[in-house]
Amino acid sequence: MASVSLKNVQKNFGDTLVIKGVDIEIEHGEFVVFVGPSGCGKSTLLRMIAGLEDISAGDLSIGEKVVNALPPKERGVSMVFQSYAIFPHMTVRENVAFGLTIAKVPDAEKNAKVQNAARILQMEHLLDRRPNQLSGGQRQRVAIGRAIVREPAVFLFDEPLSNLDAALRMDMRMEIANLHKQLDATMIYVTHDQVEAMTLADKIVVLRDGEVMQAGAPMDLYLEPDNQFVAGFLGSPAMNFIQVNVSELDATHAMVIGPGLAPTRVPHRGRAHTAGQSMTFGLRPQHMWPAEDGKLAGVVGISERLGSETVVNFRLQDDSSLIASLGTDQIFTPGQTVAFDFDPETAHLFADLK
Amino acid sequence: MNSNLKNTQLAGWLFALPGTALIFLFIVLPFLFAIGLSLTNQRLISPNPTEFVGLDNYQRLLSVSIVTLSPTTDAQGQILLDDNGQPKYPRLRSITRNKATPEYKGMREWFRWHSGDQAKVVIARDVVFMKALTNTLLFVLFVAPIQAGLALGLALLVNQKLAGINVFRTIYFMPVVVSIVVVSLLWRFIYDGNNGLLNSVLSSLTWGWFTPIDWLGKSETALGSIMAMSVWQGVGFHMVIWLSGLQTISPTYYEAGDIEGASRWQAFRYITWPGLRHTAVLVLIVITMQAFALFAQIDVMTAGGPRDSTQTLVFQAVERGYGKQDISGGSTISVVLFVIVLCISILQRYLTRERT
Ligand SMILES: Nc1ncnc2c1ncn2[C@@H]1O[C@H](COP(=O)(O)OP(=O)(O)OP(=O)(O)O)[C@@H](O)[C@H]1O
Ligand SMILES: [Mg+2]
Repeated sequence: MASVSLKNVQKNFGDTLVIKGVDIEIEHGEFVVFVGPSGCGKSTLLRMIAGLEDISAGDLSIGEKVVNALPPKERGVSMVFQSYAIFPHMTVRENVAFGLTIAKVPDAEKNAKVQNAARILQMEHLLDRRPNQLSGGQRQRVAIGRAIVREPAVFLFDEPLSNLDAALRMDMRMEIANLHKQLDATMIYVTHDQVEAMTLADKIVVLRDGEVMQAGAPMDLYLEPDNQFVAGFLGSPAMNFIQVNVSELDATHAMVIGPGLAPTRVPHRGRAHTAGQSMTFGLRPQHMWPAEDGKLAGVVGISERLGSETVVNFRLQDDSSLIASLGTDQIFTPGQTVAFDFDPETAHLFADLK
Repeated sequence: MNSNLKNTQLAGWLFALPGTALIFLFIVLPFLFAIGLSLTNQRLISPNPTEFVGLDNYQRLLSVSIVTLSPTTDAQGQILLDDNGQPKYPRLRSITRNKATPEYKGMREWFRWHSGDQAKVVIARDVVFMKALTNTLLFVLFVAPIQAGLALGLALLVNQKLAGINVFRTIYFMPVVVSIVVVSLLWRFIYDGNNGLLNSVLSSLTWGWFTPIDWLGKSETALGSIMAMSVWQGVGFHMVIWLSGLQTISPTYYEAGDIEGASRWQAFRYITWPGLRHTAVLVLIVITMQAFALFAQIDVMTAGGPRDSTQTLVFQAVERGYGKQDISGGSTISVVLFVIVLCISILQRYLTRERT
């Protein structure tokens, strides 16, 4: 069993605290994705789990055992690097077999395992090539092959798809999802691409500046984000935010009003405390539709017709800019006045972002 | 557009001109001269006109033969023994001055070995050249791998991220900066037969048990001593080349190695060494060429002695050309040296070529 547990894990480089006390529980077989903007500490956290960076404070356990002091090879993890890190002087076969060669596994067993890994990754025909004769996607497969032959309990991926083009990225995303189904292993995957996070994860951990903003199932995070950061990070186009004031509130809902927003009763999920409080109102672009007497009124900036959807950018009275994404093809002309309506139950209220 | 391109080309050629001209003037031209001179009997200063002699110089330099000497026997066919009970052999002169074998005329003994009662004697027309050739080859054979290996070891040591590591890098590099002539002079004191540093250290380490050796004065130790000193002097330079090679290897490879559980030796064998391929070829070729050019140490420390045990090709070329004023002889040696180095470089390139 390979659960992974981080308890108040910290990391400092010199005087700067980069990981500021992170708690994450990962169960055996779970696919966990760390997402966050560049520089938030995703790679650092992953490398600490791998044993490539030491842990400044807190406890890291893999399978109920604290492994802070263990070297990488004794942690039972394998890792796929963003730059692939496959050895240019070895053939694909030698690369995939590397971990087994190191462990002095007998040839027959080694060959069988390499063959099996090659079959899973559909690269049997590539085994005798050298890395410089492979495409980016094929190299990535080799790197994954090297990781799976040793049958580790935990797989670590650091932005494995970021060097691939969009179409290939989609294919590989599916393959990794399939791989996870086939192998009974825990996977921890780092990305800054929220689409990868949403599609692959059993559990997403959103990080910002070395802190966990929220962790949970993708749809939970999408539908019930705890804070403005998570709400804005997941979903595309990003959620709209406008500044509002609370005028009245009860146990579940608050009446809010803002420039360009008619008074609306919105669920506050315990985040509104007093009347007169300034808050951030959030609404997903997909949750709006044009209506004569809609609660949001403004002037069209630009609109993009994508065929299956129309993305409209419009400005409210106070010049704040919003985006609506409509599921049909509609024509808007710049400068035209529009009004959009929405179901208040789909709106969110957040404390102002620091 | 077209004229612009032409202008740029012209500018390129103009920039290349000074360097090319200098190389041509001081390297290509003298080399062509050497080839030309090696086919004549030109002397440095001579009243006689220069004559074209074809390959005579090469023939004189390179002729080697093996002659067999049978032991001398008495009237009954009994082998005569000398005072030590060894068979006696006729003197070599009986062959080299024999009118019946004019092809051996003027040749001298290089070395001999015995097979059964017979003595096989290798004779050469130019024994000093032959010794210079073997010494040079021996020098290359020992110095190239030892120097390259030590330099790699040092490079691995100083490639760590430790406080003050630059101090060590500087110390190891220091001998390279000092002129080889100065270094040779210093080592002459170290190797001194009476109270040189090496003898003093060795005898104090063994509580006086060790008897001092005249390192440069004995034919058994002279060449070895020069090898040791040359390795010491050049090792820092090659360490720096190895170091630059080491730093081109991406740290991610080592991280991948760590994750897969590679030990330090396995990391070296599977990651470092293959990553140093190109550096290794460079180091090997540079060291080989430098070793073949061995001259200054010999000139300062032994002048080829004792008993020709430290003669080298370049030293002989200079010695003949200027010492003996035999410019054509010196040129011939240079050309032979050039051919040898060229062949070895081509061979090294071939052996270390990229295999696909
Ligand atoms: N070796 C180091 N020394 C000092 N600071 C470091 C070191 N490695 C990372 N950092 C800092 O730690 C922070 C987190 O870095 P990290 O590489 O984990 O970010 P990331 O989330 O992976 O970003 P990206 O998406 O760009 O890869 C950054 O601010 C970075 O500057
Ligand atoms: Mg990163």
